[in-house]
Amino acid sequence: MYYGELSGLKLGAATRDAFGDALKELGAKHPEVVVVDADVGNSTRTEPFMKAFPERSFNVGIAESNMVSVAAGLASCGKTAVCSSFATFLLSNAFDQLRMSVAFPKMNVKFVGSHSGISIGEDGPSQMGIEDVSLACSLPGVKVIVPSDAVQTAAATAAMLADHGPIYLRTGRSKVAILYPNGCDFKIGKAIQLRDGSDVTIIANGLMVGAAMDAATELAKSGVNARVLDMHTIKPIDEEAIVKAARETQRIVVVEEHLAHGGLGSVVATVVSRTVPVPMAYVNVGDCFAESGDPQGLLDKYGLNPAAIVAAVKSVIG
Amino acid sequence: MAVSIEELKAKAKQLRKHIIRMTTAAGSGHPSSSLSAVEMITALYFGGFMKYRPQEPHWAARDRFILSKGHAVPALYAAMAEAGYFTVEATLSLRKLGSVFEGHPNMLRMPGIEASTGSLGQGLSLGLGQALGMHLDKLDSRVFVMTGDGELDEGQVWEAAAAAGKFKPGNLTVIVDQNGYQQTGATKDVLDMRPIADKFAAFGWHTQTVNGNCQANAVAALTIATNIKDRPTCIISQTQKGFGILPLLEAEGDLNYHGKPLSPALAEKAIAFIDSN
Repeated sequence: MYYGELSGLKLGAATRDAFGDALKELGAKHPEVVVVDADVGNSTRTEPFMKAFPERSFNVGIAESNMVSVAAGLASCGKTAVCSSFATFLLSNAFDQLRMSVAFPKMNVKFVGSHSGISIGEDGPSQMGIEDVSLACSLPGVKVIVPSDAVQTAAATAAMLADHGPIYLRTGRSKVAILYPNGCDFKIGKAIQLRDGSDVTIIANGLMVGAAMDAATELAKSGVNARVLDMHTIKPIDEEAIVKAARETQRIVVVEEHLAHGGLGSVVATVVSRTVPVPMAYVNVGDCFAESGDPQGLLDKYGLNPAAIVAAVKSVIG
Repeated sequence: MAVSIEELKAKAKQLRKHIIRMTTAAGSGHPSSSLSAVEMITALYFGGFMKYRPQEPHWAARDRFILSKGHAVPALYAAMAEAGYFTVEATLSLRKLGSVFEGHPNMLRMPGIEASTGSLGQGLSLGLGQALGMHLDKLDSRVFVMTGDGELDEGQVWEAAAAAGKFKPGNLTVIVDQNGYQQTGATKDVLDMRPIADKFAAFGWHTQTVNGNCQANAVAALTIATNIKDRPTCIISQTQKGFGILPLLEAEGDLNYHGKPLSPALAEKAIAFIDSN
């Protein structure tokens, strides 16, 4: 079973794989792109680029802080510097470097965190990036993108490299359903409505967009028409789409594979409370560390599945 | 070398006076941490070791200086003023609201500043990245990074030292301004990182240890470092915090004098002392 299956979506590649393939492809066209790796390129998928362009690739060893500042140094020489690690090691270990070397001087560094969320499974909580979005969003001027499928990830990677300035891209380890046709439109900061509905809007990103689609499919059976918004960019947030959803559906449920505090839910709630206050509910990891286990088992245990979304929708519909 | 040691010494005196004037005018800052670094910064900017264009600060082929011990930025502002990036008078707005002369280097607000620093430990990594970038662009440019000796407590410095040992950028030079003090006391008491040169050497760096407050020594060390092209170079610049006005700081009973400006009266004495020596 995978998210999106109930909605008739086909299973595609993991977003980390799509990022890696796109990076290698774009690397051929963009000689200014360089990669700095902290010895996990075969996990984060910068490896294909590094193999294709060894002269533009630098593995600095297991040293995320140095990786980020070296990337910033390269960026200050006009390079588009991509660095990556597991989301939690990148954001947590190298946060000061992301703040001082990258965000403060507005360096053209693209930092990519793989292994996001609890769905990485068996490796356990030390490896799970569930606070990364909150940390990234706290950095002034940094854009934060959480793509939901392989096609969108490829488009997001291209958009990220074309954009000048610091960007955090969050990718996942597991295979995810294909939501978009090849060549789909992608704009940083512009949410995508995957399904229209008038009773409630489910706003999700990453892995949970497929789950939101399945929840909407399920809700339709009981006569609830749910709109689904893929909020792939958390910063800058698409206020217009949120306001429209609040006005037109009067209820919002925010779904993410992240802690409760400081992620998509917090950002959407800030917009809603300031513009069109409506009842809201949240589906997320809450305020805890997870544990080792099989990915689906974990998602079910920690309430990140279509059933949990359906329950959240019912809680706001009353 | 076109410039004589005597001329550099005179320039160093100017820098010292600027440092004291701007920090006293600001009412805060780190004059003693700035004063220890003066001879090396003077040699870099005026001894012919760095190519730069004050009227074209982003000139692609320039050499770059990163002040990783960002709290010593008055020394850098003083050198940049003397180099013609801006007037000396302008530096008297140091740390004031609206001034581009911030308390720590901010490259966004001041062209000619090559890295925004102030969170210790990051400058060497930034310099390594820049050295690699210059290499990719086939530029014959060099990066000079100045760290403090207290700053070497930061683990990231050693991540960078190790990585530089791997990539061997021949255009990267680190100057450790070993002034012997950090915020709460002597570096040997707070966290003794010595032997410093041995540590860099173990990572494959060329190393030298010199009297960094001797202008001729500073020039000699930079001459050697800039002629080495096959590996990164490290200069342990043994200095004294507050060098140039040490008897005055001794009379104040504080040879560290960390993070505080001289009072207007003491500043006046200090400037007279510098002029008379």
